[in-house]
Amino acid sequence: MNAVEMIGITKRFPGIVANDNIHLTVKKGEIHALLGENGAGKSTLMNILFGLYQPDEGEIRIHEKKVTITGPTMANKLGIGMVHQHFMLVQPFTVTENIILGDERTSSGFIDYKKAEQEIQKLSDQYGLKVNPRAKIADISVGMQQRVEILKTLYRGAEIIIFDEPTAVLTPQEIDELMAIMRNLVKEGKTIIFITHKLKEIMSVCDRVTIIRRGKVIDTVNVADTNENQLAALMVGREVSFEVIKEEAKPTRTVLEVKNLVVEDQRGVPVVNGLDLEVRAGEIVGIAGVDGNGQSELIEAITGLMPIKQGKISLNGKNVAHLKADKGTRARRITEAGVGHIPEDRHKRGLVLDFGINENMVLQNYYQSPFSKGWTIQYDEVNKYANRLIEEFDVRTPSHETLARSLSGGNQQKAIIAREIDRNPDLLIAAQPTRGLDVGAIEFIHRRIVEHRDKGKAVLLVSFELDEILKLSDRIAVIYEGKIIGWVDPKTTTEEELGLLMAGRAKKEGQ
Amino acid sequence: MKKRAWLSLLLSSVLVLAVGCSGQKGAEGGGDKAAGFKLGLVTDTGGLNDQSFNQISWEGAKRAQKELGVDIQPLESKRDDDYIPNLTKFAREKRDIIWATGFKFEKVIPEVAEQFPNVHFGIVDSNLGGKIPKNVVAVTFKEHEGSFLAGVAAALTTKTNKIGFIGGISSPLIKKFESGFRAGVKAANPKAQVTVAYAESFNDVTKGRSLAKNMYNSGIDVIYHAAGGVGKGLFDEVKTRDKGKYWAIGVDMDQSGLAPDHTLTSMVKRVDTAIFNITKDLKEKKLETGKEVQLGFKENALDLAKSQHLKPDVMKKIEEYKQKIINGEIKVPKTEAELASFK
Amino acid sequence: MSQLNKQSTIVTALISIFLGIVVGAIAMQLAGYNAITAYQALFQGSLFQAFDLGETIRTTTPLILAGLSVAIAFRTGLFNIGVEGQMIIAQLSALIVGIKLNLPPGLHAIVAVLVGGIAGALWAFLPGFLKAVRGVHEVIICIMMNFIALYLSNVLIRNWLTESGADSTPKISPNASLRVDFLSEMFDHSRIHLGIVIALLMAFVMYYLLWRTKLGYELRAVGYNPYAAEYAGMNVKRNIIVSMLISGFFAGLAGAGEVLGTHGYIAIQSAFTGIGFDGIAVALLGANTPIGVIFSALLFGVLTYGSQNMEHMAQVPPELIRVVVAAIIFFVAANISGKLLDVVKTKRRAKES
Repeated sequence: MNAVEMIGITKRFPGIVANDNIHLTVKKGEIHALLGENGAGKSTLMNILFGLYQPDEGEIRIHEKKVTITGPTMANKLGIGMVHQHFMLVQPFTVTENIILGDERTSSGFIDYKKAEQEIQKLSDQYGLKVNPRAKIADISVGMQQRVEILKTLYRGAEIIIFDEPTAVLTPQEIDELMAIMRNLVKEGKTIIFITHKLKEIMSVCDRVTIIRRGKVIDTVNVADTNENQLAALMVGREVSFEVIKEEAKPTRTVLEVKNLVVEDQRGVPVVNGLDLEVRAGEIVGIAGVDGNGQSELIEAITGLMPIKQGKISLNGKNVAHLKADKGTRARRITEAGVGHIPEDRHKRGLVLDFGINENMVLQNYYQSPFSKGWTIQYDEVNKYANRLIEEFDVRTPSHETLARSLSGGNQQKAIIAREIDRNPDLLIAAQPTRGLDVGAIEFIHRRIVEHRDKGKAVLLVSFELDEILKLSDRIAVIYEGKIIGWVDPKTTTEEELGLLMAGRAKKEGQ
Repeated sequence: MKKRAWLSLLLSSVLVLAVGCSGQKGAEGGGDKAAGFKLGLVTDTGGLNDQSFNQISWEGAKRAQKELGVDIQPLESKRDDDYIPNLTKFAREKRDIIWATGFKFEKVIPEVAEQFPNVHFGIVDSNLGGKIPKNVVAVTFKEHEGSFLAGVAAALTTKTNKIGFIGGISSPLIKKFESGFRAGVKAANPKAQVTVAYAESFNDVTKGRSLAKNMYNSGIDVIYHAAGGVGKGLFDEVKTRDKGKYWAIGVDMDQSGLAPDHTLTSMVKRVDTAIFNITKDLKEKKLETGKEVQLGFKENALDLAKSQHLKPDVMKKIEEYKQKIINGEIKVPKTEAELASFK
Repeated sequence: MSQLNKQSTIVTALISIFLGIVVGAIAMQLAGYNAITAYQALFQGSLFQAFDLGETIRTTTPLILAGLSVAIAFRTGLFNIGVEGQMIIAQLSALIVGIKLNLPPGLHAIVAVLVGGIAGALWAFLPGFLKAVRGVHEVIICIMMNFIALYLSNVLIRNWLTESGADSTPKISPNASLRVDFLSEMFDHSRIHLGIVIALLMAFVMYYLLWRTKLGYELRAVGYNPYAAEYAGMNVKRNIIVSMLISGFFAGLAGAGEVLGTHGYIAIQSAFTGIGFDGIAVALLGANTPIGVIFSALLFGVLTYGSQNMEHMAQVPPELIRVVVAAIIFFVAANISGKLLDVVKTKRRAKES
């Protein structure tokens, strides 16, 4: 029996066909992956299934009955639930309150919290979710919040659950746990549609996979009959290399030197606490560590976005720690001194989402010639420049005026990387440069970062993906509680060694 | 497809409006030439139902309609901005007399009058600083004289010898009330003291009430007000107090309806009589415009309202003073300076 | 894509206006008035004759400037609810220049207008400064500044600017007046004045500033995403202050226009005129774009001025027009039209399939 059939679905947006005559069949009780690059049309298709968009053509059958899904409420009634990439939870509410929000079952006019709580507890136990119904959302981890989203769909009686890139926000361990939960769900008779671009996850948990490229279905295959390389090729449309090809680093002079740096957060707690670091021209230094050990603050301090309590930061031998902002801000002075910064959160820092791509491309140098003349901005020059970068860095956008908001994550990231690399900075700081991106985009970005190194520039890489750190770095520094507690050589180290260091076991003791 | 649907919806709505507008225009054209004398009345921002000045003015217009067959129409001003358009609207309809109620119009009347030299305007409560255009008649009242009698009534009623006066915005006009009132008190009962307070507003009822409350609490037992809507607060307050012990005196019209058991009397400005009389004179072409018309007891334009609370001997005294004022024996002060030299 | 967004804003606005008018009509019918007659009177009374057209434009003038003032602050992520107070202070300052100085015609008016604009900007400086430096919410400061402005203005008028405690000031020198004969005559002696030229000019200035200059680029970046602006090395605090200064300047010009063009004097006010608050609605309906503000201000001007005639000719209380205005704002703010469009789309699809 088929749980979902989408037949000949076409959805057009101005300037783009997001879904082009798509056929998708999901059998009851399977985990069906929807694989595609960023912007391939996976999310659009699922939003259609969830009733958020209406298709221009085509029909949908749920449990072999033809339906028109007018909105999420209707989707819920049909037994379709969706776990969004960005959680839709009210932070100060408890788990129970969040789950019943919009589906409050009342007895004589009052919400029966007790009953709801019991029911949620029961569901949680049944599927092994281990969620405490009374906890406040603000107090629980991201992984736990995601399980609340899963519970939300179960509470509404979902039979078909759509997961929209669920692992993008999770730690490796949380990912393993999620995979187990998904298996449990299927065992209990649920059907899962799993949107992803991570091949490993597909191989480990899915039954079948439908590959979508540029709005069209390329193929549907049994996971048992395929492998990662084949899937990657189907998704990107060419052979993809998983290895980063790079030559031996030839480091020269010191570009960045950090000595005894102390940075305090808003509460006055030192989050970077006596950190030393050196990055030389022609090498990539990777910083490995568990999230929250001072990585973000280190970067913000180096780039002038956070005040420094104590210590020294020098760039090309010049101290910039207390650079006076006599003209513009400290951040600007440091940028001008030759620092490029790919920020960890592209939506928070990296882009003005409601600006066009053109305006975003000059975010760091709009005030310089030729982009500005007197007090005006020379939009002709800006557009010319933006078009060149769009071309060069393969940013897929209908035009240079398109709002950054409407691009896919991968293309947004490519735009940021284009902007930061094209200025040819002596030091490139790349924080989570490939978070949430597909293999094609990751390959592209990795190549660009290595190219930048090969031009004789320094690169500081921060990533929570051990894979990425190991592949790209020439040297790896492990950060723990605001200090570098050890340096390792990526060619000789193992994931185990790194893991121990990241957990705070200093190298000396370990050996 | 959908775009066209919306477009047609919008277009049709515009069409309805357009057709409607043109239809109205034809209908209105005929009215202009209708024979007869026409009156327009523009209120200040208080509106027609202010239970005070505007309302009583409108009474006069209605009397003119009833007795003289005059066509009448009011226009209420919502903001100060509206004065000129409203006056102009009537002027363009070539109304024979356009009344502007209140001194707030004194800046705009000359401007509009100059533009429409063939239309007559009347302004109540202002003499336009003495520069009255040819086609304007400025009606003022000898409020000081009426207030004098209110002062007499208060002075002869108080038990505590403490009397209050609440003014609206301090201006020469309201000073006239105050001076007359204090002179009246002084004349009838030299021992009585008058406390004066200004609300600096003509419509802040709450302010009026709190001023009244303070006065009564300090031992004052009779309060006279010349403060428009602020006065409502005075009546709200006095109502809550002992009957026969605390009194309020109203202004402009008989305000006893606001607190029947506590209203000693009211200083009635017969704005209605004034508007009626002058409209009548103008209709019968007996009036020369371009000058100030001052109205007082002689013209029956001022009086104290009849009231059961005024004792006969007090009434007698009031009548005596009234006669003295009419025959010129008493010259009631209009300003602070004149008050200082009064008697 | 961006093209589409722009279009849908216009469509949204038009639908909201239409729905607002319908709601007003229903309210009138329920209150026992003839809605058709009322709307006839409304539009006829505000547009069909030169005098009325002039007065409508006169009513529209400060609404445009107030709308621009709110809009430019919105663009930088600030809510300038203090337009009212900035107008009052500007009005007072322009009046003082108009009365106390003695300058040749033309120059006198220019000086008075500029002083008004600067006064408005300075009045807006404090909320901007406190927001930038101390993080105090600008709405709170602005509201308090409104009351300070109102009562300060009343005190100064009573005690300094009027002779013997009258309730309004003397008239400004004719040299400082913004009224010009040819405009007045063209519009049958209505009070239309050069403020409309200033307003339209400022709409262009706002467009040029925001979308053509470095400063505008920064202001918009700060408004959309202050974190990204900080990342780009912009001085976020300075931009907040500058935005409030410009916003206050526009508000100041609105106030100056009112006193130098419309009234020529100031009377003691016991309450706000409401033009500043209408400016918020104008900006909202105009989607914070200069051209949108001009048209929505015109609509508000027609409704405000025309409502007087509605009372005159159709005996409908002008308060009902506030119902229309409120309904329009409601429909825009709640994006009802967007939702309606969705429903229509879905229905049509359901029918086709």
